Amino acid sequence: MTETKDISAGRGRIQVTGFDPERVTDREPLSDWTEDTGAGTQNRWRRGLKRFVRNRSAMIGVVIVSIMSLLAIFARPIEFFGFVIQPFAIAPYEPTTILYLQDPTVNVYDPPSWGHPMGIDGSGRDLFSRILYGGRYSLSIGFVVVGLTASVGLVYGGISGYYGGWVDEIMMRIVDTIYAFPGIVLALIIVAILGGGYWQLVLAFSLFGWNGYARLVRGEVLKVKQNEYVLAAKALGARDRSVIFRHILPNAMPPLLVLASLSIGTVVIGVAALGFLGLGMPPGTAEWGTMLDATRETLIQGPDGRIPWWATVYPGVAIFIFVMSMNMIGDGVNDALDAQETGAGEQAGGV
Amino acid sequence: MSLRRFILKRILAIIPILFGVSVITFALVHLTPGDPIDQMIGLNPDITPADEAQLRARYGLDGAIWEQYLTWISNILVGDFGEVVYSGRDVSSIIMLRLPETIALGIFGWVFALGIAIPTGVYAAVNKDKFGDTVSRFVALSGISIPNFWLGLMLILIMALWLGLWPVLAPSRLPLYHPEMLWFLILPGVTIGTAAAASIMRVMRTSMAEEMNKEYVTAARAKGLPERTVVLKHVLRNSLISVVTLAATLTAGIVSGSIVVEVVFNWPGLGREFINAINRREVNMIMAITLFTGVAIIIANLVADILYAVLDPRIRYD
Repeated sequence: MTETKDISAGRGRIQVTGFDPERVTDREPLSDWTEDTGAGTQNRWRRGLKRFVRNRSAMIGVVIVSIMSLLAIFARPIEFFGFVIQPFAIAPYEPTTILYLQDPTVNVYDPPSWGHPMGIDGSGRDLFSRILYGGRYSLSIGFVVVGLTASVGLVYGGISGYYGGWVDEIMMRIVDTIYAFPGIVLALIIVAILGGGYWQLVLAFSLFGWNGYARLVRGEVLKVKQNEYVLAAKALGARDRSVIFRHILPNAMPPLLVLASLSIGTVVIGVAALGFLGLGMPPGTAEWGTMLDATRETLIQGPDGRIPWWATVYPGVAIFIFVMSMNMIGDGVNDALDAQETGAGEQAGGV
Repeated sequence: MSLRRFILKRILAIIPILFGVSVITFALVHLTPGDPIDQMIGLNPDITPADEAQLRARYGLDGAIWEQYLTWISNILVGDFGEVVYSGRDVSSIIMLRLPETIALGIFGWVFALGIAIPTGVYAAVNKDKFGDTVSRFVALSGISIPNFWLGLMLILIMALWLGLWPVLAPSRLPLYHPEMLWFLILPGVTIGTAAAASIMRVMRTSMAEEMNKEYVTAARAKGLPERTVVLKHVLRNSLISVVTLAATLTAGIVSGSIVVEVVFNWPGLGREFINAINRREVNMIMAITLFTGVAIIIANLVADILYAVLDPRIRYD
């Protein structure tokens, strides 16, 4: 307070008298506060990111996924309505070029060599180029599907958990029903109805794929809803929509992110499985699963009696490495956000 | 809540889900633009619209969609799944023929998964953060990341073609109960069980490591029990509960895995039949197998819930 204080301004305030700064001991060293515990209250996301970056296997995953994505993007030039938006070409050949038509030294099922590091496939195409290019399908479908399903699941689960009562009852019965079918069975039927193709595959995995996220988010919302700040927001007259989207859902995000990062691999395997069953992309597409389907008949014996193992090994290795790196990232996200107790951290494997 | 009431409540809760499962199955399949009748007519130009209507009536494909649903569901409730248009055989008789094959595969997969995963999980938890643990974690991560159909192809390539341990194709297919079939069950069974084994191993390791830090373990050790008894009798038993919670998900994984794996190994089970049915647009067969899958997974969930409640009585009071 200054010397020229106005008496009326001080009215009603508690006057502290007898305060002697000399006699105050510095209690700060007595508390357990250190820089580290201070970090404990910092933003949960920033803390998670720090832990994620320190996780070695997760970072290896990030590096591999980035490299594979870049290879897929820069495999061949991309044209968009006649404009070249990506001029680079890492892959030496077009994925659909049949090489023996141009170069008589190339034969169907030539083994790996310097010119064709992964060999030639059953139609005389360069396998290395096809595998690089094939990443475009699997990777993009994986990310698009997980983006779509996680968003739908977030909204669905958020609404169901927030409103509760009979709304929740009906919405969760629907989720329970979908939960009784394995995703691959539903995807197979949808692809059988719609036929194969890129957007058909996206739809096949998205139409019912959101239900795991919905279930998870609903559980989180039920937990978060109990907090006082939600009650406070409601008491202050916040609308339902703003309570859900500004207060509840951000807190339900960490387990959702864990589930999403672990699901990308599952979707990629699912897409490849459909391709392998001949129900994914059209035959001849450089999609990894479809490539495995194309060589199924010749796995046992190639045209001249040899086993063309490269046509079966390399596309599978590409799927395997990508899914494994994605799972390493997922485990890293799980550890970083400490979502272990939410139950989102364990996934079922395979298709 | 007594155990009996808990079970009764769970069983009642699945009734609306069963109804929903049948509706979804029916709705999905009947959105298909072409049914087998269209395919039959496509082959034969002499068929008049009257014949077509008669054919549709014969296979129950006429009438409003909800009428068709009611006919279908009431037939199913008495065990009649309709006919396969392509061959004229009964769907239910084909399913009865194929189901044991798939079940045998599933059981083998489960046995393999548990047999591999539990010892490895225990080993990894006891030797946490040592070299063996790191290796087994890496193997488990590979196991959940490997596409099962490709694993099957690789096993054929390595075990059958390079090492020559198996004939690639069984010379003549013996009946399933023949002891020699066990040998041919190994490769597809291992393929199906790998993902489950990897998941169980990861869960075992985490939950065992968690249990090891609990006070009862210290108490047991302080009492002078040998480490072996502590781990195998006390810790293992509690950690197995977490495997039970995973059981339903894993069963779903094995059921869906069987579709692709049966195609890879040409195993005459329900999964291969399902793919054939999809390729031929056999509506009745697709619906029957989809329904079977749904019901199997609902039952697996129910059993897992009950088992969980038996093992961990706390859950019943929720």
